[in-house]
Amino acid sequence: MLRIQIITIIASVAFLFLVFRMVVKGRLREEYSIIWLLFTGILVTFSFWEKGLLLVSNLFGVYLPANLVFTISIFIALVYLLHLSVVASKLQKQNKLLAQEMALMKIEIEKLKEEIKPE
Amino acid sequence: MMNILIIIPCFNEQASLPRLISDLGNLKLPEKYNVSVCVVNDCSTDDTKQVAKKLDVILIDLPVNLGIGGAVQSGLKYALLNNYDLAVQMDGDGQHPPAELQKMIACYEETGASLIIGSRFIVKEGFQSSFLRRLGITYFHWLNKFFTGKSIYDSTSGFRLFDKKAIQLGARYYPDDYPEPESLVFFSKAGLAIKETPVVMVHRNGGQSSIRSFTSFYYCVKVTLAMFFSFIRKP
Repeated sequence: MLRIQIITIIASVAFLFLVFRMVVKGRLREEYSIIWLLFTGILVTFSFWEKGLLLVSNLFGVYLPANLVFTISIFIALVYLLHLSVVASKLQKQNKLLAQEMALMKIEIEKLKEEIKPE
Repeated sequence: MMNILIIIPCFNEQASLPRLISDLGNLKLPEKYNVSVCVVNDCSTDDTKQVAKKLDVILIDLPVNLGIGGAVQSGLKYALLNNYDLAVQMDGDGQHPPAELQKMIACYEETGASLIIGSRFIVKEGFQSSFLRRLGITYFHWLNKFFTGKSIYDSTSGFRLFDKKAIQLGARYYPDDYPEPESLVFFSKAGLAIKETPVVMVHRNGGQSSIRSFTSFYYCVKVTLAMFFSFIRKP
């Protein structure tokens, strides 16, 4: 086994463990963990299956396997960042709605308090 | 009887608020108008909330800072909820003299438009603001003409009157930051009539404009994009 293989195996397994732990502790929601588990799974697979990367590179017509790894991982990272921006936008929208509802309710509560005040 | 809600979005306006409210209280409008004032405290860091509480106003106290658009929308939601006939957005810094409200209402009575904008530029009088700001306003005038087909001179004006239809639409959707030019595209696409009437504005008594120099480039880019997307979005 190559030295780099051992390093990647250790790193990806450690990463997998970290993701697991975060989900168990409730710091990472399950729906967001899917993508991380998936990619770590792919990483682990290719760290063991040395020939696999070469095979896939040939399939895509990429000369250097490393280039394929970089291209794909950067692309996936970009897509995921976009996804996170979408999540942030949604949260902002919900946050705004909640704040407004809350402020309007405060007025209603004050009104009710006035009404039930004993004369 | 027509019920009007004056919506005053406030962020740190403790200095100018009491005078504005008392001016509004002294305002003489035709008999059939019944005016209520609503202060939207957009999570001010000064004593705006305490100041507003002592005044005779409806206080919408936002728990987090939503920006001018979110604050105005809160007021519109309140107006919708309480069945107001008209709503007027007015700056909290005293830039919009309450007396000018009469012109807006007169314009509404005359034209029956859904959205009346108090404009600084139709007749050149009063406070005209700085050169760069005027340049920006010219740009937005051109942009608005392109997107809405209407000639609106003061598209960034925050002095506006909404009728019931506009209140309903605005309560459903209103942009967050720098909402004025974008909302015009939105309202215009929804088929609302928009009219402009000249008003006199004065120098701000206190507080700061939401448009400062270092952010003005970002402002232009953001608003241009927002107007474009509002234009291609299905209403």
